[in-house]
Amino acid sequence: MSAPAVVGVFAYLDDVVAAVAALKARGVTQLTVYSPVPRHELDEVLARPESPVRRFTLFGGLAGVSFGFFYAIATSLDWPLVVGGKPIVSVPPFVVIGFETTILLGALATVAGMLLNAKLPRLGRSPGYDPRFSNDRFGIVAYGGPALLETAREVLGASGAEAVRDV
Amino acid sequence: MATLAAPVPAAREPTYAEVNRDVIATLAPPTRRWFLLMGGVLTGLACGAVSWAWQLKDGLGITGYTPPIFWGTYITTFVFWVGIAHSGTLISAILFLFRAGWRTAVYRASEAMTVFAVMTAGLFPILHLGRAWFFYWVMPYPNFRGLWSNFRSPLVWDVFAISTYFTVSATFLAMGLIPDLAAVRDHAAGWRKRVYGIVSLGWKNSDREWLHFGRMYLFLAALATPLVLSVHSVVSWDFAMGIVPGWHATIFAPYFVAGAIFSGCGMVITILVPLRRVLNLERYIQVKHFESLAKLCLLTSMIVSYAYATEYFVAWYSGNAIERSSFYNRAFGPYWWATWTMITCNAFIPQLLWFRKVRTSLTWLFVISIFINIGMWFERFVIIVTSLSHEFEPWQWAYYVPRWPEYGIMLGSFCWFAMWFLLFIRFFPVVAIAEVKEALPPPLRRREGHG
Repeated sequence: MSAPAVVGVFAYLDDVVAAVAALKARGVTQLTVYSPVPRHELDEVLARPESPVRRFTLFGGLAGVSFGFFYAIATSLDWPLVVGGKPIVSVPPFVVIGFETTILLGALATVAGMLLNAKLPRLGRSPGYDPRFSNDRFGIVAYGGPALLETAREVLGASGAEAVRDV
Repeated sequence: MATLAAPVPAAREPTYAEVNRDVIATLAPPTRRWFLLMGGVLTGLACGAVSWAWQLKDGLGITGYTPPIFWGTYITTFVFWVGIAHSGTLISAILFLFRAGWRTAVYRASEAMTVFAVMTAGLFPILHLGRAWFFYWVMPYPNFRGLWSNFRSPLVWDVFAISTYFTVSATFLAMGLIPDLAAVRDHAAGWRKRVYGIVSLGWKNSDREWLHFGRMYLFLAALATPLVLSVHSVVSWDFAMGIVPGWHATIFAPYFVAGAIFSGCGMVITILVPLRRVLNLERYIQVKHFESLAKLCLLTSMIVSYAYATEYFVAWYSGNAIERSSFYNRAFGPYWWATWTMITCNAFIPQLLWFRKVRTSLTWLFVISIFINIGMWFERFVIIVTSLSHEFEPWQWAYYVPRWPEYGIMLGSFCWFAMWFLLFIRFFPVVAIAEVKEALPPPLRRREGHG
């Protein structure tokens, strides 16, 4: 019994929620829950810390707005050419450039934040993953020492899992 | 109202597994009909390519350009395609923020339409250049004379707006596809499994992935929402910043954005009506979704009609003789036929959508959506060509008629768009599997026990 993890396959969402709550109550806290759709019930019972993706969005957006204005202003000053009698650094038209680069870098940083935090791309195998988890089944993978895994096996079996196996 | 409509027996909601099965079934090997359609589309695209080659060889003189009308059908069609793109982002991002549940069934097709429409629109500024090989001059890069782009020019804003819009909407589409590609991967075998495994980035539906994905999706939607409003505003400023009578109006930005959403919703209906039948997606893309789209069309048609009225009112109220003359010429001058086509298609025909019977009849909706597409193309034609044809001095007045290469390139643009769309539905799930499932009631043991 040296399996690093135990997986339980579930057909019903309420069973999964109950099983996660029971596992956490019994001290099995290293869990990965697979679900074909995101569900608030799972978020609530897992109570993960807030995703840091929002910080990526913020800093991407700030970098974008700074870059946009810097670019427009610096290139205008680099070759000062009066156009239409307007100031060399004309702020209103540069707002358009600053706005677009805010959105562009904000969006790209958001995507980068998701990929980094979710550790994607990850083309190798994930222990315990079952192709049915993208279809209509839920899965709980519990990690830990032999004693915790024994507890996990017991809890998963008692919570209505269709199958419990070591991976 | 309920007594008028025959009671429709409530169909059973599909299960999670049925959603996977039905949507993945759309990726079956292509039929003869698909190849025939693709053949036709490629032929049309070839017409466009030949026309462009002819134009590159002989120059813009072969178009119908007549001084001072140097913006004709190319810029008209450019604005048309940018406008088409907008409703896709509206449906995928803005309605996501508003939590409009009906968007889930139709948003993937709309988002794909957005990306392909921007890809089509992006060709036109290049197609309309006399020396197309210098298109990169508009990009802000240090050149050998030390000159930079003129950031006070709306045309440079346009480069930033359109390229940002393309990047962000393509990213939004690609990111939204990831969980669905993983579902396709888990259903496939052999080399297809490997390819879908790579393009889904090894997505596994774990809770951590969903946590970060959900945040990303929310923020992308929040960024795309102001973006979509800005893009058509910037396109409108290509005109409104000029002093040409008929263009120089503060109403242009909201007027263009409403028109863009109007035309885009029309195009979504045009695409989805045949699509749901051919791909057997009636259970997911339902009549009620079309009804919601129709209501959106009706609303935006009213805004556009109001904008038409405001334009004429302001032209009269301004007391400016040139502005008045320009608008009188629009309605009763040599281009009266274009103006009245526009008003009939965009303001009058959509009024039929007040009737529930029309909104819930796919045949009616399809026919009306075609009129909307035609009307919105003519709207841009009217704004661009009639204004340029009737500027300040009578000796400048001219009459422009498009010539064959312009028609060829226009046909080519529709075929270019259709080609990408046909390829998309062949390889990617056109209904968002994970989001449709999210909107369904989850499988619960307790409910089954009572049930």
